Amino acid sequence: MSITTVAPRKPWKATKKDLIPVFGALALAVLLDYAVVALTPMKGKLAYALLFFIFGAGLQMALKWRNLGRRAAIDSLAASIAITGAVLAFVPVLSLLETAIVRGFKGLYPGFFFHDMSVANYQSPLNQGGVIQAIVGTLYLIVLATLISLPLSILTALYLTEIRGRAAGFIQFLVQAMSGIPSVVAGIFIYSALLLTTSLRGSTIMAALALAILMIPTVTRTAQEVLLLVPSDLREAGVALGATQWKTVVTIVVPAARNGLITAVILGVARITGETAPLLFTLGVSNKINLNPFSGGQSALPYYVWSGLSDGTELGIDRAWSGILVLLMLVLTLFVIARVFGTRKVKTK
Amino acid sequence: MADSGEDREVSSTLIERAIPEKRELTTKHRTSDVAFRTILNIMSYSSLLILAAIGGFLAFRGFGAFKDNGLGFITHAEWSSSIAENGKEVNGFGLGAMVVGTLIISTIALFIGVPISVLTALFLTFYAPERLKKILVTVVDLMASFPSILYGLWGFIVLAPMATYWAKLVFKYLHWIPFLNVPGPAFERSPFLAGIVLSIMIIPIVTSVSREIFGQTPLERMQAAYALGATRWGMIRAVVLPFGASGVVGGAMLGLGRALGETVAVYSVLNIVFKINLHVLYGFGGNIASMIVQKFGEASFIEKKALLAAGFVLFIMTLIVNLAANTIVQRAVKSGK
Repeated sequence: MSITTVAPRKPWKATKKDLIPVFGALALAVLLDYAVVALTPMKGKLAYALLFFIFGAGLQMALKWRNLGRRAAIDSLAASIAITGAVLAFVPVLSLLETAIVRGFKGLYPGFFFHDMSVANYQSPLNQGGVIQAIVGTLYLIVLATLISLPLSILTALYLTEIRGRAAGFIQFLVQAMSGIPSVVAGIFIYSALLLTTSLRGSTIMAALALAILMIPTVTRTAQEVLLLVPSDLREAGVALGATQWKTVVTIVVPAARNGLITAVILGVARITGETAPLLFTLGVSNKINLNPFSGGQSALPYYVWSGLSDGTELGIDRAWSGILVLLMLVLTLFVIARVFGTRKVKTK
Repeated sequence: MADSGEDREVSSTLIERAIPEKRELTTKHRTSDVAFRTILNIMSYSSLLILAAIGGFLAFRGFGAFKDNGLGFITHAEWSSSIAENGKEVNGFGLGAMVVGTLIISTIALFIGVPISVLTALFLTFYAPERLKKILVTVVDLMASFPSILYGLWGFIVLAPMATYWAKLVFKYLHWIPFLNVPGPAFERSPFLAGIVLSIMIIPIVTSVSREIFGQTPLERMQAAYALGATRWGMIRAVVLPFGASGVVGGAMLGLGRALGETVAVYSVLNIVFKINLHVLYGFGGNIASMIVQKFGEASFIEKKALLAAGFVLFIMTLIVNLAANTIVQRAVKSGK
């Protein structure tokens, strides 16, 4: 006996027949758009965009009004406006990425990744010099800032989720306050505390301290969210088996949330990798690889971009674009890794 | 089990071994736990320590500037440091122009960025097909992780010519509005351009907060609206917007916090001049953060301290805005649960 299944009907879904007038109206809007721009003194992309919105939304509205009445027409206008808003939000992203790739690609050559800037300056032809010192510097900064901020943020997150002491609300408040610190303030704070009146000069560790301040709130908040996802059954099971709280946290809670904690750290790293302002006060300058984090200036990718931009010449700006492309690739890689780890925040097995 | 005296005598040693010693039942924490909890308790105050250190150091270093200029440090609009004939430094520091500039730029950013963000959040929550929604949400997150110098460079190279053109258009048709007028034909590198760049930078945060709030609208209220015959827009207007309003306000304030402290992007696109400029289309302005970067390089010791004082002002401004924002958002999120 065969079972016949009836396909569920979805009367609210638009059929192909319903869609014909919708797209027809859009096509008509495009035609009208071109016609009006050609016939009137209005010109430029702005005119095209504006008129397309007016005609497109107007025709859809008219269509709805004829078929379904006034309220449907207003509904259609609202939809058009929402779509336009979303387009306005996403057009800059496309433009940003497109410009960074097209303009950044110009200055890339294999040596860009292996040479430093001691053999060239910002006005040198684009096939001289490169960013190796900046890449090394950025990696140093990432590692050091992570080492400094990780213990503080994970322990704070554990306090907020595992102990939930009397001060938890207050600490939460402080962490939120920290997440709002402008990056420039973190930079000048390290400068005022450690560099202004001492004989110390800008170095990797100083910049890493400034970046750690910016990293702590991001890591803490994400780690806290992830730890909250660990089912309390696991904690109770641990305690019921006679483990102390310390043992439960270390052997059960933290391993269960491992992937999420890694995501938290990567998000923190992504947050600081592109920061420029703190570096201007704390990093010093170097055009060569500097392997000593405690003395001597250092370079970093954002700083390289900044120098190219402040150089202001055409070649300098080309270099800045290449630098930003490398930086962007690094940030995107981090972003993808965070996504991969973040899809399964808590191991349930 | 039989429990005769004989058995006990025979295997008393065995039984003694089998029954563990009576344990003391206690609610006291073990030593390892006490240590663990103490460490966490202490470490959790690290954020307090850091915040206090930032506020303390900047206020301490900037104290001279506050003392010499009094309230004028915030209200006066002159920043000068020169060396007089007798070799002494003559200083007058007033942050007024930059405070005004910061507020103007941030206001423009909110004015442009918040409506776009709210519309985007509405589109993502109620209009976008599931697959498109997933992609776009990722793109919004991605946007938040772009380095600010990318926005600065892009604003300087790509957006600036367009914004100049737009500024001219706005001026042509709306110059009768006082603040859209300009004293001369200089439209390049204006607060308007900086405001647009900042508005793009705050879109991700405002969008994601708004989207989160809209997503928490009680389903039964939405369905009730539909059941009463509301269109989608009718439902949004009657249910979603009243419900999400406070969350949107909080999100906008988080965006404001970001806009107030933005440094590099503003520095790249704005012509920073130390004068109060209320004409948003006119080609100069400034904000506190970018002014610190601009002046720092060549500043004397005393001027540096004044710049640190400026940093303190900025720190307090962003702190207040952010805390207010977080309180509002939290309350909105809680009311949804």
